[in-house]
Amino acid sequence: METVKLTIDNKHIEVPKGTTILQAAKQAGINIPSLCYMNLPHLDQEHKPGSCRVCLVEIPGKRTLVPACVIKCTEGMEVLTHSMRALNARRTVVELLLSDHPKDCLICPSSGNCELQKLSITMGIREISTVEHAAVSTYRKDASPALLRDMDKCVMCRSCETVCNEIQTVGALSAINRGFMAVVAPAFEQDLTDSPCTFCGQCVAVCPTGALTAVDNTSHVMRALADPNKYVVVQTAPAVRVALGEEFGYQPGTPVTGKMVAALRALGFNKVYDTDFAADLTIMEEGSELLDRITRYLNGDKSVRLPILTSCCPAWVNFFETNYPDMLDVPSTARSPQQMFGSIAKTYMADKLGVKRENMVVVSVMPCIAKKYECQREEFKVDGDPDVDYSLTTRELAHLIKIGNIDFQSLKDEDYDRHMGESTGAAVIFGATGGVIEAAARTAYELFTGKKLEKVDFEELRGLEGIRTATVDFNGTPIHIGIAHTLGNARKLLDGIKQGMYNFHAIEIMACPGGCIGGAGQPLHRGTDVALKARMAALYKEDFNMPIRKSHENSEIIELYEKFLGKPLSEKSHKLLHTHYFSHPKQ
Amino acid sequence: MKKFELNDCHKKTIKEICESFGNKRSELINILHTTQEHFGYLPESVQLEIALNLKISLASVYGVVTFYSFFTMIPKGKYPISVCLGTACYVRGAEKIVETLEKELKIKVGQVTEDGKFSLDCLRCIGACGLAPVMMIGEEVHGRLEPEMISDIIKKYE
Repeated sequence: METVKLTIDNKHIEVPKGTTILQAAKQAGINIPSLCYMNLPHLDQEHKPGSCRVCLVEIPGKRTLVPACVIKCTEGMEVLTHSMRALNARRTVVELLLSDHPKDCLICPSSGNCELQKLSITMGIREISTVEHAAVSTYRKDASPALLRDMDKCVMCRSCETVCNEIQTVGALSAINRGFMAVVAPAFEQDLTDSPCTFCGQCVAVCPTGALTAVDNTSHVMRALADPNKYVVVQTAPAVRVALGEEFGYQPGTPVTGKMVAALRALGFNKVYDTDFAADLTIMEEGSELLDRITRYLNGDKSVRLPILTSCCPAWVNFFETNYPDMLDVPSTARSPQQMFGSIAKTYMADKLGVKRENMVVVSVMPCIAKKYECQREEFKVDGDPDVDYSLTTRELAHLIKIGNIDFQSLKDEDYDRHMGESTGAAVIFGATGGVIEAAARTAYELFTGKKLEKVDFEELRGLEGIRTATVDFNGTPIHIGIAHTLGNARKLLDGIKQGMYNFHAIEIMACPGGCIGGAGQPLHRGTDVALKARMAALYKEDFNMPIRKSHENSEIIELYEKFLGKPLSEKSHKLLHTHYFSHPKQ
Repeated sequence: MKKFELNDCHKKTIKEICESFGNKRSELINILHTTQEHFGYLPESVQLEIALNLKISLASVYGVVTFYSFFTMIPKGKYPISVCLGTACYVRGAEKIVETLEKELKIKVGQVTEDGKFSLDCLRCIGACGLAPVMMIGEEVHGRLEPEMISDIIKKYE
């Protein structure tokens, strides 16, 4: 490999030809601040519009300062990253960015998580000398059921645009207009709700400021908790337990399940249940549907639609309703675990507890922003009352615990409440890409072959590659499985199927990178995949340590079918646990 | 204003324009340029058709259209009016002419009348300073204008 030698701040270094100054400095342990630069190596996406000019560095002898994120290293180059000239220029750049930026940092939803705020603090900016009476942007705010778009706070880094168009191929957002009028918006400046936005929220996950944020439901939940007439139950998704700790100083991938349950109880929730229970239930329904379709297909029924697609991910559901309205009969009709939980909680569990439906409030804690939209869908309401009332993100739960003045680290581990709190290893891995289909395979194998599955781990289904394919042996019958995460990869896989490139029986799709562990409601990682890998490893470890690792062996699930539902795909199951899809072609 | 709806012939034209540039994303500006030459402007339906042909998002097409001031989403009138705001015309009262036109046509600069007959724009110097202030309606030049003359001139085109 051809290399070049250069000095950065008098440090001699050698880097491969084509390396940018920013990358070279990073290798040499020198930090150059940046704002618009975004590197997502696990998604093979480097975003460097060179627009913010925060990474300016000095090259002695050169007339102008240069942006380190785009300028490539050359032989013998000398770079100064903290000369007075560079420092002053960077400071001016940040002052100019702040000049028309709202100064309501104290109450901004991104306060404490804002890259612009961090730069301002680091640079010690206490007044903005460049512009005294600059106009502050006043663009209308766009509120959807899941996302908020406040373009007054946009710094035009356009990271959201790259994620929305290149990684997710959703194409809801683009930079429009120019100069001071420039904002990021859907076509014709329509609202996000009317655009092809899937509410996956990956734009929120990369937004360096408070321009794109998630709808905050903490105050609604606090009001419900304070109401003596309300019986408030909570469910926590599998991916939350391995990420929540990051908000309290734990290393990524530290499971904090017991402390989380204790914290929720301390906050005053009447019952603390596990979405994992509903994940096991999902496997019972979705796995049975998969078996039914495969069996009918193998028996020669040509009307069967294969492959079956998973339907747990609400952003993915929005994506196919918008982009593949001709394929609405292909995905499984099983509702997502969040919705199955809500439906069972407000029927079976409400009865068991002697609580009236109208007095029960179901809260979910999800790694996801799209879940906020999902729980508001009309088909998941009974006479206007939603099965799941409020969905919180992992970040919101962390806030709630802090608001509640609870010392998280000193909490003693507690266990979930019974009857909707037991779960298996199969449910835990729902949080990682490939996990749902692995869980389904464990159950489907035993139901299909009637034999005991000896090797529970399907390693061939795991990993972080964007599109994975594997064949699982069902006692002589090969079952072809496809897996995709990110909506861009989902599109590739679906277009491939349309063109007859693949021949799958079942496909799992998750909208976010890495699956739910990389959800937009998780503690923010902006660009690194270290947290993602750690969270994933933690989930598989939890699964490995579980005494029961197959959904159909969950004793509370067995009890639920015996006492309430009958059997999978029964009439009652169809009414409570299945759904249908709508055609929403949008541009 | 009525929405511009594409018929099969329009769609064919747009398809051919996109194909002539190899259906390349990188040729978007040229494609928009040629399409605007053909349709006179770039209404929503035309932008959508281009997005579908190039397999890019409508938002990104709209982003380019709104970035360059050359592109317009407002159609030109049957008789496009351009008032010169060059130095000579300006000092001889071109601003009054614009005001009168706005009042007379009930539109602002950059807009088009409800019936689609007139659109109003400003430009800088058409090289007829001796006739200041001047305006053009279509290809015709009207010079030595007084606000009182406007109403009669417009009537000639109705």
